Amino acid sequence: MTKELMKGNIAIAEAAIRAGLQAYFGYPITPQTELLEWMSARMPELGRAFVQSESELGAINMVYGAACTGKRVMTSSSSPGVSLMMEGLSYIAGTEVPMVLVDVMRGGPGLGNIAPSQSDYNQIVHGGGHGDYHTICLAPSSVQESIDLTVLAFDLAEKYRAISVVLTDGSLGQMMEPGELPPMQPLKTKFSDWAVSGTEGRERRFLSSIYIDPPAEEVINLRLLRRWQQIQASEVRYKDYYLDDADFAVVGFGSVGRIALSAVRTARAEGIKVGLLRPVTVSPFPTQQISELATRVKGILVTEMNSGQMLDDVNLAVAGKVPVEFFARLGGVVPFPDEILAEIRRMATSDLKLEGHPRDRWLARMAA
Amino acid sequence: MTIAETLVYSRPKSFTETQSHYCPGCTHGVAHRLVAEVLDEMGMREHTIGVASVGCSVFAYNYLNMDFVQAPHGRAPAMATGVKRVYPDRVVFTYQGDGDMISIGTGEIIHAAARGENITVIFLNNANYGMTGGQMAPTTLPGMKTTSSPNGRDVETMGFPIRAAEMLSTLDGASYVVRRSLHNPKNIRMAKKAIRTAFETQVRGLGFSMVELLSSCPTNWGITPGDSLQWIEDKMVPYYPIGDYKVSQMVADAKI
Ligand SMILES: Cc1ncc(C[n+]2csc(CCOP(=O)(O)OP(=O)(O)O)c2C)c(N)n1
Ligand code: SF4
Repeated sequence: MTKELMKGNIAIAEAAIRAGLQAYFGYPITPQTELLEWMSARMPELGRAFVQSESELGAINMVYGAACTGKRVMTSSSSPGVSLMMEGLSYIAGTEVPMVLVDVMRGGPGLGNIAPSQSDYNQIVHGGGHGDYHTICLAPSSVQESIDLTVLAFDLAEKYRAISVVLTDGSLGQMMEPGELPPMQPLKTKFSDWAVSGTEGRERRFLSSIYIDPPAEEVINLRLLRRWQQIQASEVRYKDYYLDDADFAVVGFGSVGRIALSAVRTARAEGIKVGLLRPVTVSPFPTQQISELATRVKGILVTEMNSGQMLDDVNLAVAGKVPVEFFARLGGVVPFPDEILAEIRRMATSDLKLEGHPRDRWLARMAA
Repeated sequence: MTIAETLVYSRPKSFTETQSHYCPGCTHGVAHRLVAEVLDEMGMREHTIGVASVGCSVFAYNYLNMDFVQAPHGRAPAMATGVKRVYPDRVVFTYQGDGDMISIGTGEIIHAAARGENITVIFLNNANYGMTGGQMAPTTLPGMKTTSSPNGRDVETMGFPIRAAEMLSTLDGASYVVRRSLHNPKNIRMAKKAIRTAFETQVRGLGFSMVELLSSCPTNWGITPGDSLQWIEDKMVPYYPIGDYKVSQMVADAKI
């Protein structure tokens, strides 16, 4: 296969189609809309299901219905639309049916703006919908990775009867880059023994998230939790850069991870021994890897396009073993590599503290 | 002497033997039975996927012997759309109450009908929210007392009831939209015929079908089962007239 120049959103759409997507349901919202538009042409052309729903509520519940058949199904949206999907996501988690959601994050809260942001990290990684559940969340940082992680998202969702989220943002969705698409997979024709299809030749099946008897619901909650433990043990993915001999580490995901990499390279050229850890699965989070990193570096800089939502997870992993610093841009503002570079230089030359919270120190620096 | 036996009654295959949790005199059970009889008669039980909703009928799948999924409150038409689009050759139907379908689920039902989604909707109108203890529904009659309209529904502040069948019938995508009632044997027979026509509409690929059924809720209305049936006839039927609100030319021509 050869590389083609394509937009992140379209790369995800075509990758999903090639991963054997059988039904897509969605609603327009910037900066995700190209994905829906691509599906509106390609899915019918291939004889597969496409519906532009009346709302994201409609879309996620169409996904829910189709997911109950065990067929490969997805939706995509951006922050405000994903908020509207939270009810359905919770039901889907409670019913243990696989699906893929693509969230192309934009600035918030509220209607916010259409610029890139990472401020829905907590909503996706730490819940969002009601009840005890986890989603698998994959955070690409390039068009190629958007393609690869979309394919992986379907496989993981099916393997664990779980929700896989591809968490990207407006810049990754809109940017054009060369990428190599996978070959077209054949559509699934065999479905799991829980999937509904009509009872012909077998016992009837029903799929629901209702367990009126609390002890029965507890059994389900425990099952979900054990499955999550298994996912944590087997599915953590991350990329490390220049960490082998590093004195300092930067942690950033998605497009910020990519910007941080430029800063890290420049800092290396200046002689600062700094590396980057970029979580690819932000859920399950590379807690152990960061915990181990904390035993061998002098300081860690967390950088995000939110107010430190992943910072909390890094802090839990670091557990006070080493000073943590924080730098962020909010509300749809994208950091420049130079801004992160300045933070790396500061970390490498100043007296780092264990006391206090990195977010507070960052806010204080901004005020100064 | 031998006595010839004629079978006049048996449990439809589409009906399980599970004991019902519905209150005495509730016509949800009658509606279930009609759906079961129709699917048996059409030989479609094994090719059907039901979508239960949130309300007293949330456990419809305990009684209807076929594959089932269960939707969030109001979202059954969207869920049914998802199932139907990946299994166009299966019979897909929703079973919804009035709070579910025409309050919280208004968007989903209107757009399923507007798209001409080839599904069947069985819509139970009992003029209140049964499951949560008899609160006001969009279908609660003017002046009617409920636990959240204790002095009676005041249309000045609480608005007017929605006539769902009439409203959906205005949509070009809707092919078969009718209202029937479950308050006496004659009406129950008419209801069964309409349910049959609705499912036939779907099986023939003719598009969206909905049967609204006026239904009793003696528990929350606070009257006896017998009086409830009379109340449907005296109070509900005048406000919600029984009739065919939309029978598309294709459905009429099919002479089901
Ligand atoms: C999102 C959400 N809101 C509220 C409820 C609570 N609730 C459960 S059933 C119900 C009303 C159902 O009434 P109706 O659809 O008329 O059905 P009936 O019980 O009368 O058959 C409500 C409000 C819920 N389950 N989910
Ligand atoms: S509360 Fe009303 S609708 Fe619900 S089962 Fe009882 S009588 Fe039927």
